[in-house]
Amino acid sequence: MTSEAVLTGEHFINGDEACAEGALAVGCRFFGGYPITPATEVAETMARRLPAVGGIFIQMEDEIASIAAVLGAAWGGAKAMTSTSGPGFSLMMENIGLGLVTETPCVIVNVQRGGPSTGLPTLCSQGDMMQARWGSHGHYEIIAISPSSPQEMFNFTIRAFNLAETFRMPVLVMADEVVGHTLERVTIPPAEEIVVVNRKKPTGSPETYLPYKTDSSFIPVLPDAGDGYKIHVTGLTHDERGYPGMDAKTQETMMTRLIQKVRKNRDQILDYEDYFLDGAEIVIVTYGSSVRPALRAMRGLREDGINVGLLKLNTVWPFAEDLIRKLAKKVEAFVVPEVNFGQISLEVERCSSGQALTHLISHAGGGIHTPQQVVEGVKETLRMLGSKRTKK
Amino acid sequence: MNGERGANKEALFVSGHRACHGCGLALAVRHILKATGPDVIVVTPTGCLETFSSPYGYSPWRVPWIHHLFENAPAVASGIAAALSAQKRNNVRVVVIGGDGSTFDIGFGALSGMLERGDDVLYICTDNGAYMNTGGQRSGATPTYSSTTTHPVGRKSMGKPQLKKDLPAIVADHGTPYVATASVAYLKDLRKKVEKAMTYHGPRYIQIDTPCPSGWGFSSELALEIGRLGVNCGLVPLFEMENGSLTRVRKIRKKLQVTEYLKAQSRFKHLLQEDGSEYLKELQEIADQNIAKYALITSS
Repeated sequence: MTSEAVLTGEHFINGDEACAEGALAVGCRFFGGYPITPATEVAETMARRLPAVGGIFIQMEDEIASIAAVLGAAWGGAKAMTSTSGPGFSLMMENIGLGLVTETPCVIVNVQRGGPSTGLPTLCSQGDMMQARWGSHGHYEIIAISPSSPQEMFNFTIRAFNLAETFRMPVLVMADEVVGHTLERVTIPPAEEIVVVNRKKPTGSPETYLPYKTDSSFIPVLPDAGDGYKIHVTGLTHDERGYPGMDAKTQETMMTRLIQKVRKNRDQILDYEDYFLDGAEIVIVTYGSSVRPALRAMRGLREDGINVGLLKLNTVWPFAEDLIRKLAKKVEAFVVPEVNFGQISLEVERCSSGQALTHLISHAGGGIHTPQQVVEGVKETLRMLGSKRTKK
Repeated sequence: MNGERGANKEALFVSGHRACHGCGLALAVRHILKATGPDVIVVTPTGCLETFSSPYGYSPWRVPWIHHLFENAPAVASGIAAALSAQKRNNVRVVVIGGDGSTFDIGFGALSGMLERGDDVLYICTDNGAYMNTGGQRSGATPTYSSTTTHPVGRKSMGKPQLKKDLPAIVADHGTPYVATASVAYLKDLRKKVEKAMTYHGPRYIQIDTPCPSGWGFSSELALEIGRLGVNCGLVPLFEMENGSLTRVRKIRKKLQVTEYLKAQSRFKHLLQEDGSEYLKELQEIADQNIAKYALITSS
C-alpha cells in the first residue's frame, strides 16, 4: 500500500531524491538545510514532500544553523536530517561533535564533491572520508555508511536513521556526486516491509532517573524534551546525571563510554558484502561510487583467470578492522580504488600490519575510476607481488 | 556602449562571460565598475557572479578580483583594506560585490562585524532574490509569496510566507555612513550612488535589484522592464541613507499596481489564480507601506 510517506513502487529518480524518500519512509519529519551542489536535490525533495506528511522543512541561513536546528529538532522528539557537501560539511563539524557528546540521534548526508575549498562543486570525489572520521575536534567514534547507487541511497538512509536511533548519535551518510546524481530505477518497498527503529524512552521514576547511566550496551536511554524527565543537555564533559564535571575522572568515565558505545557494538554496526573472498589472492576493498567499476573489473579479471575477490564496505566507520586483519593473513594484497589520494587505503594498510600488500589506485576527483583503471591497478599489484617473490 | 550617456569610461567588466542571456546582475557589475573606476580590488563570494565570471578564458574582469568562500566576503575585504591601509596605499579601494544569499544569510554575521568595526569597504549586494546559482532556493531576500524550490507552491504553500529581510535598515542601524538601494533599471541612478559611496570612508552598503530571467521566469529581453515595474509599484523602493537619515528617494511618477509587476514573472504566477487574491492584497499593502515609509510619491 502506498502512503504519502512511503511511495511504494518503482521510481526513476536520482540518488539525492532516493535519499530523501528513504528518510521520509523511515519517519524523518524534520529537515534543516542549505543549498549546496550536489546535495541540493535532497533538500528540494524534502521541501516539497515534508509538508504533505506533517513534517517541517526549514531552509536555514547556513550549514552551521542547519545542523544546529537538526540537533534541536532531535531533542524535540523528531527524526531529523540535513544534507550538504564539502564546504557545508566543514562548517558542520563543531556541531557534529556537539551531537556526539550530547548523544543526539540524527542523520547528516554528505554528497561529496571535489575539494579542498570550493573545489569542483558539480563533480565527484571521496575526499571527505577521513574528515568524516576525525573532522570535529577531540577524540570520538563515529558511524558513517557509504551508498554506491540510488537504491542504496534509499536503503542506507533508512539504515542510517535506525543506527542513529539505536545508538543515539549522529550518523553520516557519505555519498558522492556520482551516486547523488545518477538517475536509476529505485524500488520502494511496502511500508510494512521497512524496518523502523525508534529511540528508547525512559520508563522508570523521574525522581531516581540518571540519564547517562547505562547498561553493558553503553547506550543511554534519554527522554525527549517535554517527556517529564529532568535532563541537562550539555557539550561540556558530564557525569551520569548530565551535569558538567570539570575533572579527569568525569572525562575518563564519559569518554570511555562514548568510545565503547561504538567499539563494543561494532558487529551490530558493520555491514559489508563480499565477493569471491575464499582463496582470493587479491582483494579489492571498495565503497561508494567506486564499487561499480571495481565489480566490473573483478569480473573481467576473474574471466582472465586472476584470482581476485572484492570487499564492499557499506559501513565505512567504524572500520572493518577485524575482517581486514583476518583477510590479511590469507591474501597476498589489497587493492583500494579511491577518489582521493589515500584515505580508506590507510586503514586497510594499518589493519593488514604488513602481512599483505596494500595498493592504492588514486583518482584526484572530477570523475570515478574506469573498470580498466582498476584492472590495471590489480595487474600492477600482481607485478609488485611478483618482484617481491623474486627478491625472496 | 556609445548610447549610454554618462557611461563613456572604458568598461572594466567586459563581454564574453557565461552569465545567462539577459542577466541583470552582469549589467549591474559593468556599471558598478564604471562608477568606481579602475583603482579597486573586487571581492566576490560564491554565487552566480563567481560562477559565470571566473572560468579561464571567460573572465570579464579588468580589475583585480578575488573569489574566496560563500560566508566570508566582508572579512576578506576587511583584511585587504587593512593591508592597503598599512601600506598607505590610499588610492586603492576595496569593493565587495556579492549576491543576496551570501549577504542576507550565510555572510550576514561577517557583514555585521565589518560594519561594526567601521572597515573601509564598499559592500554591494546584487539582489536577485534567491540562490540562483544552485537553481533558485529561497533566501532572506526572497520577496514574500515568491515560489522557490525550497518554498515551492503546493497544496500547503503559496510560496515564501516571510517578509524580505530589511537589510538596508539593519546596515544603517550599525551607524553605517552611506546606505543606498538601486536598480539595474535605472543605471544612471545606480552609477551616481556608487560614485557617491566612493567619496565616503568607512563601511558603505548598496543593494541593487538585479532581475533574473531564468530565476524569476521572464523573457530574457525584459530584465530592465521588470526592474522598472518593481520600482514603480513600490515593492523595490530606491533611496539613500546618509549617517542614519533618509536623504533622498527616487520618486514614483506613475504608480503601478503590484499585479503589473507580479503577472510578468512565473515565480508569482500562482498569485494570479483565483485563490491568490488575498495574497495579492497583502503584497499591495507591502508596496503601499513602502510608498508611505519612504515618501515615494509626491503628493500634489
